[in-house]
Amino acid sequence: MNSFDVGTLSAWIREFARLISDNTSYLTELDAAIGDADHGINMTRGMNSVLAKLDETVPEDPAALCKQTAGALISSVGGASGPLYGTFFLRMAAALGSQTSVDAATLAAALRAGVDGVMQRGHAEPHDKTMVDALGPAVDAFDEALSGTATLSDALRRAADAAAEGRDATEGWIARKGRASYLGERSAGHIDPGAASAAMLIASLSSVTAGG
Amino acid sequence: MKKLINEPADVVAEALRGMAAAHPELRVDHINRIVYRADAPVAGKVGLVSGGGSGHEPMHGGFVGPGMLDAACPGEIFTSPGPDQILTATRGVDSGAGVVYVVTNYTGDVMNFEMAAEFAAAEGIAVESVVVNDDVAVMDSAFTAGRRGVGATVLLEKIAGAAADQRRPLAEVVAVARRVNQQARSMGMALTSCTVPAVGHPTFDLSDTEMEVGIGVHGEAGRRRMPLQSAAAIAEMLVEPILADLDFTGGVILFVNGMGGTPLIELYLMYGEVAAILSKSGIVIERCLVGSYITSLDMAGCSVTLLKTDVDLLSLWDHPVNTAALRKGC
Repeated sequence: MNSFDVGTLSAWIREFARLISDNTSYLTELDAAIGDADHGINMTRGMNSVLAKLDETVPEDPAALCKQTAGALISSVGGASGPLYGTFFLRMAAALGSQTSVDAATLAAALRAGVDGVMQRGHAEPHDKTMVDALGPAVDAFDEALSGTATLSDALRRAADAAAEGRDATEGWIARKGRASYLGERSAGHIDPGAASAAMLIASLSSVTAGG
Repeated sequence: MKKLINEPADVVAEALRGMAAAHPELRVDHINRIVYRADAPVAGKVGLVSGGGSGHEPMHGGFVGPGMLDAACPGEIFTSPGPDQILTATRGVDSGAGVVYVVTNYTGDVMNFEMAAEFAAAEGIAVESVVVNDDVAVMDSAFTAGRRGVGATVLLEKIAGAAADQRRPLAEVVAVARRVNQQARSMGMALTSCTVPAVGHPTFDLSDTEMEVGIGVHGEAGRRRMPLQSAAAIAEMLVEPILADLDFTGGVILFVNGMGGTPLIELYLMYGEVAAILSKSGIVIERCLVGSYITSLDMAGCSVTLLKTDVDLLSLWDHPVNTAALRKGC
């Protein structure tokens, strides 16, 4: 596989929804430790809304699919995750333009735009112990792999590995953003739930392109 | 989990249905989840909109009515409402005099209200946001999301609501609201955690001999866990950091708030302890509020809020208000 169409992206969204749904309790438990015990519940409600829209209409191009996904997330997730994941997909849509087939470089630019959007909306920097700590390393690893000889699916696998490492690294840190930051040093010793769901976003993108 | 519910997922929707049935003076939009005063928009009046996660009742829906809020947007439990919900409420209360958002300083609330304000501005509605951040338990630094909005939110909605009811213009309502926030400080503690219906068990474990000090209103653990102490010692522990943070010499409004699972008899006992400490510190209590007004579901515990007053704030506090949860002077 060396390009993406709306079918691949739909498969990504569906796989992300499956991962979120399978891990609802896990994400909520992570959030109970350092937040307010609703991340899994909210993301599952949001992805169910995304799937309901996708069942009704499969948009014509990747950008329209990202926009539809963003709209469903913003209006159904609430909390911080709604605007953050919504902004991620909105910025991806803007970067994808009207192309029906997306090559690796365009996908990389779109993912980067999405991550930049999350950082702006949440005023978050690396090491704040947020979803940025999974997404940032993922897009860095993706870019680096593509600049070498990696295929698209190899590059996405490396991105997924980097996201997982970034997620795991948040365990040792003190949160500086979001509700976990109220706990001060008590926030250390727990994986950030946003980083955990963000790692699933990249893992699902990798798994739908695996072997291609 | 023992709760008076049908299905965990239906709690917010069914509570709104009950609220609409109990209060014909409110208009509840069940599709968009908005509680309006029935006569909104009120001609010539600045509209006041607040909202946030559910689970803090009576805040905010219980404060909708003459002299307080024009609309409240309840989200899911402990989850901010979405921008389109807030935007719909904004349209519904704007009489042309502009709209003020009262936003508690949580990452989700701030982002969703910020997006709604951007959409409303694009439609030509004048919107100003006032962010409430009165919780002294959190260090206000670059290393946190900033202080949480807690007890001062109730006092601010009452006082800004009075200013709007007196037909003060948008800029003046905003100025009064910001003054309340700047002059108020709060500190809370928990005797127990709380149980989010969709989760089914307490958010954190707290033994019978422990308490959490420096909690917010979302069942999150506090700054520190310590052995349970007497009401007198707890009162000292709550008041001391408030007085250390701001000079309250002169008059105050004292608000002793229950977290949802604490009976009024304990809140009055705490009020007595806090009043005694303030008296020793030379602080005059001009007005007070005692009761469970900003809660964290079934959490037991309390918070103390002090608001430094002046002639204008006191007259606004005394202005008539008629809402489901707060009624006086009418």
